Amino acid sequence: MAGTGSGSLPRYIAQRVLLVIPMIWVILTLVFVVLRVAPGDPISAAVGGKLDADALAQRREALGLNRPMIAQYWDYLSSVAHLDFGTTFSDNQPVLRVIRDNGGATLSLTLAAFAIALVVGIPLGLLAGRYRDSVADVVIRLFGILSYAAPIFFVGFLLQVYVAQPLGLPTGGASSPMTAFLVTPHTHILLIDVFLSGNGTAITDVLKHLLLPSLTLGLLICGVFIRLVRVNILQTMQADYVEAAEARGISRGKVTRRHALRNALVPVVTVIGLQFAMLLGGAVLTESTFNWPGLGQKLVDYINERDYGAVQGIVTIFAIAVVLVSVLVDVVNALIDPRVRY
Amino acid sequence: MSDLTTEPVISARDVRVWYGTTRGAIQAVDGVSFDLRPGETLGLVGESGCGKSTLGRGLMGLLPDGAKRDGEVRYRGRDIFAMSPKEAYGLRGSDLGMIFQEPLTRLNPLMRISEHFEETITQHEPKLSKDEVRTRALEALRLMGIPPTRYRSYPHEFSGGMRQRLMIALALVLRPAFVVADEPTTALDVLVEAQIVQILNDLRRNFDTALLLITHNVGIVAEACDRVAVMYAGRIVEQGTVADVFSNPQHPYTRELLASTISLSTTGLRFIPGSPPDLIDPPAGCRFHPRCPDAMRICASTSPIPTTREAGGTVECWLRGPRDLTPAERAPLAHEELSDADEA
Amino acid sequence: MRRILSALAKPFSETSGLARWMLVIGIVLTAVFVFLAIFAPWVAPYGFAQASAHGTDFPKLGHPDGTHWFGTDRLFFDVYSRAIWGARTAIEVVLLSILVCIVVGVPLGLISGYYGGWLDRILVLVMDALFAFPSFLLAIVFSFLLTNIVGGSVIAVSLSLSAIYIPQYYRVVRNTTVSAKEATYVEAARAMGASDGVIMRRYLFGNVVQSVPVIGTLNAADAILTLAGLGFLGLGIQSTQAAEWGHDLNRALADAGSGVWWTGLYPGLAIVLLVTALTLVGEGLNETLNPTLRRRRLLPVLLPARAETEEVR
Repeated sequence: MAGTGSGSLPRYIAQRVLLVIPMIWVILTLVFVVLRVAPGDPISAAVGGKLDADALAQRREALGLNRPMIAQYWDYLSSVAHLDFGTTFSDNQPVLRVIRDNGGATLSLTLAAFAIALVVGIPLGLLAGRYRDSVADVVIRLFGILSYAAPIFFVGFLLQVYVAQPLGLPTGGASSPMTAFLVTPHTHILLIDVFLSGNGTAITDVLKHLLLPSLTLGLLICGVFIRLVRVNILQTMQADYVEAAEARGISRGKVTRRHALRNALVPVVTVIGLQFAMLLGGAVLTESTFNWPGLGQKLVDYINERDYGAVQGIVTIFAIAVVLVSVLVDVVNALIDPRVRY
Repeated sequence: MSDLTTEPVISARDVRVWYGTTRGAIQAVDGVSFDLRPGETLGLVGESGCGKSTLGRGLMGLLPDGAKRDGEVRYRGRDIFAMSPKEAYGLRGSDLGMIFQEPLTRLNPLMRISEHFEETITQHEPKLSKDEVRTRALEALRLMGIPPTRYRSYPHEFSGGMRQRLMIALALVLRPAFVVADEPTTALDVLVEAQIVQILNDLRRNFDTALLLITHNVGIVAEACDRVAVMYAGRIVEQGTVADVFSNPQHPYTRELLASTISLSTTGLRFIPGSPPDLIDPPAGCRFHPRCPDAMRICASTSPIPTTREAGGTVECWLRGPRDLTPAERAPLAHEELSDADEA
Repeated sequence: MRRILSALAKPFSETSGLARWMLVIGIVLTAVFVFLAIFAPWVAPYGFAQASAHGTDFPKLGHPDGTHWFGTDRLFFDVYSRAIWGARTAIEVVLLSILVCIVVGVPLGLISGYYGGWLDRILVLVMDALFAFPSFLLAIVFSFLLTNIVGGSVIAVSLSLSAIYIPQYYRVVRNTTVSAKEATYVEAARAMGASDGVIMRRYLFGNVVQSVPVIGTLNAADAILTLAGLGFLGLGIQSTQAAEWGHDLNRALADAGSGVWWTGLYPGLAIVLLVTALTLVGEGLNETLNPTLRRRRLLPVLLPARAETEEVR
C-alpha cells in the first residue's frame, strides 16, 4: 500500500484537469440558458435606439441571432473553445480585447487584496483560536464580523469623506492620467508594466492609487479567513493527535504550530479557492466604489447598456477563471495533504 | 521481574480525580492507591465507566477542563501531583509515557513517521545530531518489528496493528520508566491483539518498564500482567498477583467479573444484574452493594476498609474484614427492585 | 411546556463566555430591526419617497437638524425615514427569498438525496455549478434578466437572491438525507412497510431540518449584503419604489466629495448593524449547536478534604 507519491501526482493533476472540462461545459450551458431565458430581443435592447430598422436587422443577422437556439448554443460553445468570447453589441469590440485592456486592473486589485487578507487574517485567526475567550479573541472576532458586515461601498464612502479628502489621497482610478500615458502596455497589467518601465514617479503613483482600494478590500475579506482559521484551530486543538503529542511532552508552542496550525490550514487552501470566486464578484462593487478601471466596472457599464454580448462574454470568462482556480487549489491541496493522492 | 524489595517506580496514595459537569462533579476516581515496581505490569481491569481510563489520564495529567485531581503520586521520590505544571509536563515522554486506544487518530496525518520521532526525541534531547536521532528511532522501530524502509511513510499508509506498534515505539523511544497503556488492543482485531500483547509482554523483559495496562478484557490481564487491580465505581476493590486473584477472588465483584468472562468452556451466560452507579451521586457505603449478591446491612451504610489479603495485596469488602461484624450488621440486605434505568 | 422552554433556553443556560453574549446581542438587535420593519409606517416621520410635508418642500441635501434628524438627500427625501423604511424593504426581501429557498431547496434536496439516481446526479451537477459561480455575479445576471421582465421590484430582487442561495440549502439537505437514509431506524421503518413519503416526512425531515436555522440566519446576513450591493449598482430596487440602503449609498457616494456625510453614514450603519446582528445569531447558534465547539458551563469541582486513610499493610 505504500506509494512513493512522485508517480501519482502528475496522474492526479491530469485527472483533475480532465474533470474541469465537463464542469466548464455545465457552466457555459448555464450561462447560455440563463441569458437566453429572458424574453425580448438582445440586440434591440442594447442598441435599439441608435440604429434604424434595417441596420438592426443586419446586425442581428451578423451576430447569428436569427438562427435556431441549438445552433446558437453550438456557436457559443465552439467559439469559446477557440477562445473567442464574442463581440460587444453596444460598441462592437471583441470581448477578448475588452478583457485584455481591463482584466489586468482587476487582477492586480484582486491579488493585492488577497495577499493583504491572508497576511492579516491567518495570524489573527490563529491568535483568536489559541487564546479562546480572551480579550484578544473577542476583539478579533468582532473585527471579523464587522469587516464582513460592512459593505465595501460604505467603507469606501467613509474613507472618502473622512480620510481621502483630508489626506489628499487619490479617490479614484488606478493612476493619474499622466502615468497611464507614460507606461507602455507590455503585459497590459498596469502594475507590472509600470515596474518594467522603471519610472520612479510612475511607480509611486500607481502604488498610491492601489493602496486604498486593495487595503479596503483586503481588510474586508480577511474576516472570512479569521473566522475559518479560528474555528479550524479550535477543532484541531482538540484532535487526538494533539493530545498524543502533548502526552509525549512536546512543548505547547510546537504543538500549536506544527500540529494544530498546520492541520488547521489545510482546509483554508480550499476556502481560498472559494474566496477567489467571491472576490471576483466583489471586484464589481470595489471597482464601482473606487472608480477602478477593471472588468467589473466594465461589466456594470455594459449591463446598464443592456449589452447581452458583452455580458455573456465577460461572465463566461469569469466563470472559466473560477473553475481554473479551483483546479489550482485542488492541486495545491494534493501537494500539502498526503492523504489526497491515494 | 523485580522482587518485593525494590523501590516502587510509582507510588499512588489516595488519588482522586473528579470531573466538572453541568450537573455536578463526577467522582470518577475516588481514593485509589497502588504501587508499581520496575519491570512490573499491573493490569487495571473493570467495566466501562469504572474510572480506569480516568485514573490513567489523571496520572499523566491529561484531564479536560474543569477536572480536579487530588492525592499523592510519588515518582522516584517526588510527588507528581504537587509539582508545578511545567515540571510535570517535562516528565512526559522521557519519564512517563502513554499508549492510547485508537492508533489511527493519534498520529498527525500530515507528518511522516520520521518527523514524529524526530520531534519527540529532540524535544527532550535537543543536543543530539540528526544521525543519532535517526538511529534511536530506527532502533525503537526495529524492536517493534517495523522495517527501516517505512521510516519516511505517512500514518495512513500503515495497517491498524502496525500503527499501534508505531504508537508503542513512539511512546517508548525515550525509555520512560512508567508507561500507561489505555486499552491498547480494544480497537484491533484478535490476531493483531495477540501480537500487541506479546510486545507488551516483552516490555517487562527488555526495558524494565513499569506498565499500567488498562483494559476491560480479563483474558489479556491473565496473559500479560504480573499483578491485577480490579476497579469498580472509582475505587480499587481488590488487587494482588494475577495467579492469586484469578484463582482465589475475594471480592464478590471480582468473582462475578471472572464468572461472566466467556471462554471455550462457557456453557451458560452469566452477568451481573443492574448497571454501574451514577458517579455524581454514588451509593452510600460500599458502592457495589446495590448489585452485590452477598450484600449485608453494613454494606449500605459504611464504606468497607481495605484489608490485606492472605496471599498479598488488598481487598475492600466487609466479608473479608478487617474486623468482626455484629449480627445486626451481618444481616443480609434486602435488595430493592434493581432498576435498569440508572445508567451512570 | 416547561420542557419546551428549558430546551429553548439551553443555548443560554448551557453556554458560557462569548457564545452566549453573541446570541443575546444578535437576537436583540435583530428584533429591533424587525420591529422597525413591521411598524415603519408608524415609526417613520415621513414616507420613503416623500419630498414635502405640510406644504413646505424638503431641502436638498439638508444638514441634520430638528425636523430632519438625519438630514435630507439630493432627491429631497428624509434620510431618517428612508433608513427606517429601508429596514422594511430589507426584511421583506430577505424573508421572501429565504422562504422561496426553503420551499424549493429543502424538498428538492430531500427527494434528490432519497431517491438518488440520474435525477440526483443532474441536480448535484447543476447545483454545484451554480454554487461554484461567484454569487454576486450571478445575482447581477439574474437581476439584469428579471428587471427586463418584472422591473426593479421587491419580487424580482427576492427571486434573484433565491436563485443564488438555493444551492446551499439543497446541498446541505441532500447530504444530510443521503447519510441519514442509511440509518438503521429508516431501514426498520421500511421493513415495516412505511411508504417513501412517510419516511421522508417523519424520519428524515426532522434530522435534516436541524441545520436549516444556522444556514438561514447566515444566509440572511449575506442576502442583505447582496441586496445592498445590487442596490448600489443600480440594479435593484429603484428609489421611488421602496427605500433601499444600498441604493441610497450610491447616491451618497456622489456627494461624498462635497463633504456630505449624513446621506451615506446612516444607511451604511443600518446595513452594518443588521448584518452583524444576523451573523451574531448565526454564529452563536453554530457555537451552541456544534458539540465540538460548545463550551459548557461546568460547575466547579470541590474536593472534600482527605479522610483519615487507614493504611493497611
